[in-house]
Amino acid sequence: MTLSWPLLRALAAACAASLFALPALAAWDLDQLMSQLGRNRVSRATFVEKKYLAMLDAPVTSSGELLYTPPGRLERRTLKPRAESVVLEAGTMTLKRGNSQQVLRVEEFPALAALTESVRATLAGDRQALERHYTLKLEGTEARWTLLLVPREARTRALVLEIRISGERGEVRTIEIEQSDRDRSIMTIEKATP
Amino acid sequence: MTPPARGRLVPVWLWLAALAVCAVLAARATYTADMSAFLPRAPTAEQRLLVDQLREGLVSRLILVGIEGGDATGRAAASRAVAKALRSDPNFVAVANGESASLERDQAFFFEHRYQLSPAVEPARFTVDGLRAAIQDTLDLLASPAGLLAKAMVPRDPTGEIALLIERAGAQSATARNRPATAEGVWASRDGKRAVLLLQTKASGGDTDAQQQAIGAVRAAFAAAQPGAMELRMTGPGVFGVQARERIEREVTKLSILGTGAIVLLLLLLYRSFTALALGLVPVATGVLVAVAAVSLGFGTVHGLTLGFGTTLIGEAVDYSIYLFVQSRHPGASREAWVRSFWPTVRLGVLTSVLGFAALLFSGFPGLAQLGLYSIAGLTAAALVTRFVLPVLLPAGFAVRDISGPGAMLARLVDRAALLRWPAIALLVVAAAIVFMKRETLWSAELAALSPVSQADQNLDQALRADLGAPDVRYLVVVSAPTQEAALSGAERVDAALQPLVRENAIGGIDSPSHMLPSMQTQQRRLDALPPREELATRLREALRELPLKAERLEPFLDDAERARTRAPVQRDALQGTTIGVALDGMLARQPAAEGAAESWTALLPLHAPRTEGAAATAAAMDPQRIRAALPAAAGGSTILFVDLKREADALYGGYLHEAVLLSLAGLAAIALLIAIALRSVVRMLGVMAPLGGTLLLVTAGLALAGEALSILHLVGLLLVIAVGSNYALFFAAPGEAHGGDLRISPRTLTSLLFANVAAVCGFGILALSGVPVLHAIGITVGPGAVLALVLAAVFARRRAPEGHGASDAH
Repeated sequence: MTLSWPLLRALAAACAASLFALPALAAWDLDQLMSQLGRNRVSRATFVEKKYLAMLDAPVTSSGELLYTPPGRLERRTLKPRAESVVLEAGTMTLKRGNSQQVLRVEEFPALAALTESVRATLAGDRQALERHYTLKLEGTEARWTLLLVPREARTRALVLEIRISGERGEVRTIEIEQSDRDRSIMTIEKATP
Repeated sequence: MTPPARGRLVPVWLWLAALAVCAVLAARATYTADMSAFLPRAPTAEQRLLVDQLREGLVSRLILVGIEGGDATGRAAASRAVAKALRSDPNFVAVANGESASLERDQAFFFEHRYQLSPAVEPARFTVDGLRAAIQDTLDLLASPAGLLAKAMVPRDPTGEIALLIERAGAQSATARNRPATAEGVWASRDGKRAVLLLQTKASGGDTDAQQQAIGAVRAAFAAAQPGAMELRMTGPGVFGVQARERIEREVTKLSILGTGAIVLLLLLLYRSFTALALGLVPVATGVLVAVAAVSLGFGTVHGLTLGFGTTLIGEAVDYSIYLFVQSRHPGASREAWVRSFWPTVRLGVLTSVLGFAALLFSGFPGLAQLGLYSIAGLTAAALVTRFVLPVLLPAGFAVRDISGPGAMLARLVDRAALLRWPAIALLVVAAAIVFMKRETLWSAELAALSPVSQADQNLDQALRADLGAPDVRYLVVVSAPTQEAALSGAERVDAALQPLVRENAIGGIDSPSHMLPSMQTQQRRLDALPPREELATRLREALRELPLKAERLEPFLDDAERARTRAPVQRDALQGTTIGVALDGMLARQPAAEGAAESWTALLPLHAPRTEGAAATAAAMDPQRIRAALPAAAGGSTILFVDLKREADALYGGYLHEAVLLSLAGLAAIALLIAIALRSVVRMLGVMAPLGGTLLLVTAGLALAGEALSILHLVGLLLVIAVGSNYALFFAAPGEAHGGDLRISPRTLTSLLFANVAAVCGFGILALSGVPVLHAIGITVGPGAVLALVLAAVFARRRAPEGHGASDAH
């Protein structure tokens, strides 16, 4: 039997899966940012994510590693508070938690597809694909920029109000997701020392 | 000839009386065309389960539907229309096409009954410490990517029972990678060119009438959806059963008409006389009637395939009258002379055939046993009629036209046939080498070899199965018990006992009916574990003291727990209309009381193969011994079995192949013994058997070269080659006492043999054209085998008299 619950769980994973990149040079606008991000190679980073939920008096925190392998494999490996892994690859999403493993097909869920595409397309510097699902808005300077993604589709908007990605030059530093119920999460990314 | 004396008419009266009785029996017989007759009887409990699964189980109830052609939007619309129509059709218990409505109902069921269903519900969980630990787990979950949705459930389910249920369900989704793709909101093939639906029928796959009705309903629903250029494709065990039946009915008619037509034509060509034709067909018609009556008496029903196989009987039974008419056509010769000189040989031939077919009588396949009885009864009746009735019926002065012309030519050929000995021996050596080289792949080792389904349909079935990720159940634990409650609690004990193996990934996961419907006892125990509202509220406040969650937010939890506590356990009825209910029906079944056995309940627990890492999720093997060792002891009149369905299927088939080989060898030995006794010489017996052995070798080599994997049915065919071919070899070995010292066969006998052979080839050869594997295998073996047997018999015939004057007719 299949419940829609784990699918949404995957959706959540997709929102939280982070974007990060290698530094790049040169003059600067949205196209330039895309092309800088698009030069990503195999990379590894650590993350700390804080979630602020209305029902809780204090934020909940998780931390772990992110691994990105171009063109499309992204793994979020949570170490605390509970070992867990989410792998996004070739249209499927694999969730492992304890003994249970779930494999989901992204295409079956338009909202999930939009969210995972935001991750993949940003990492690949694929502006066209991003604009299919989101309205893009770039603020700030090359040294400290913020890219605002607002979902175009109502189904996606029902869950996520906006995604705010901030970075310095070609590197993603934070991903902030504001949910439709005003709960929000902020993921801070530190590039791992080689 | 003088008018027959009164005493000579006795056989005719007896014959007519027998015909009348048989006609009544045949008219009252029931006829069937279900392929289950060709499923073997199962000796062990595991194998009975296998056969039951094939015939009745969940897997047998699936119909896989593909909609092809048109465009994606049109296909999706057709899929929705068909699904909508079938959902209100009582023939179907489940209709799945990827629309999400039923999933929501399932989710609601799980959430509603989480305190009855969750394995974690026990008194310790609702103590202060238990609550604190469970809620801490939930907070951890909120921190994870999964938290987005878990969040919404926290106020009602802070202990995370629904998360546990989902995680258990998630154990299954090792196979979720294979879940169907979707296009336009409904399931589609990977390439998106076909919309797919999965239907489950109410009737079992073995109920061909009901399956036919269900298939008709699908066709009607599709036609009503205005398909235009779209096409409907269906597969599944029930669909195949219906197709097989339609094909058998069609082919039996076709084969009978073709076979009869060919033989009538042959007889007309031979005799150029309608009287002779009519008389020649008398033994055949008698044989068919007696055979049908005998099978009806012996088995209760007559299988369509038996009737189709009956064409071969026409081919062999007509031989006897050919022998009589042609061999006794001496100027002024009497039938008595024929009876004296040829009947012993014919009689011996009939007996060898009967022995060959008798081996089939002991087959574990009811269908093959029918073929055996049919042939024995038919051939015996035809021979007796030829011997005792036909001579009386022949009009005075009856004689078929002179056919010594071709006979003389044949005799010259036979005389020269000896020249072919060495080439024949060389050919046999080559054949032996081929058989030896291909010995590994000669026999098909799978039960599927007997499948009546054509290769094209099997391919379509595999494609649809891959599209749908339809369950391919291989490993099962089966709990049988006298009541539903006992079966469910047995399933719970098995589930608990195997959990350590799941943790070690020796088993990928377990599905159990008790996950959807726990035993009443277990449910009640869980509900009793919930404290009363006031008590729970006190403990909850205490547990939350150091956690960032406020007790006021968890009022809905207190309400839900109190409501659950005062409720009765979930009954099976509550699952009706959900896909969970459908899944449960496939895993928990009642067997009505029958044949002295009391009513019983069976719970099936499919085990999933261990998880493998990486994209290529090839199923890792399970260790049956570990699983068997871990199973709990049976209790309270229940039994617990671990079954590897594929292994059982192949073992079952292997067992029957072995049995068939032994039966065939026994039949062969009996034939050899009979011939040795009749000819009173082992040497002459070997002379008869040698060409037959050569024939078997050549036919086997030929089939191996043609790439046909031999099944039990080919083996049966080989046995029939012996039965038919022994007649020819006997005529060459014992050309009749009338020949005195001359061991050469007379041209007349040769002619009769040739035509008898052509008749047999017509009868069997036509079967080779059949699309039904059972008939095809027999035809493709016996058709060429009959010709080769005659040729080899001629080539290896002993000769003592000088060469030359081939026209030297006896008398």
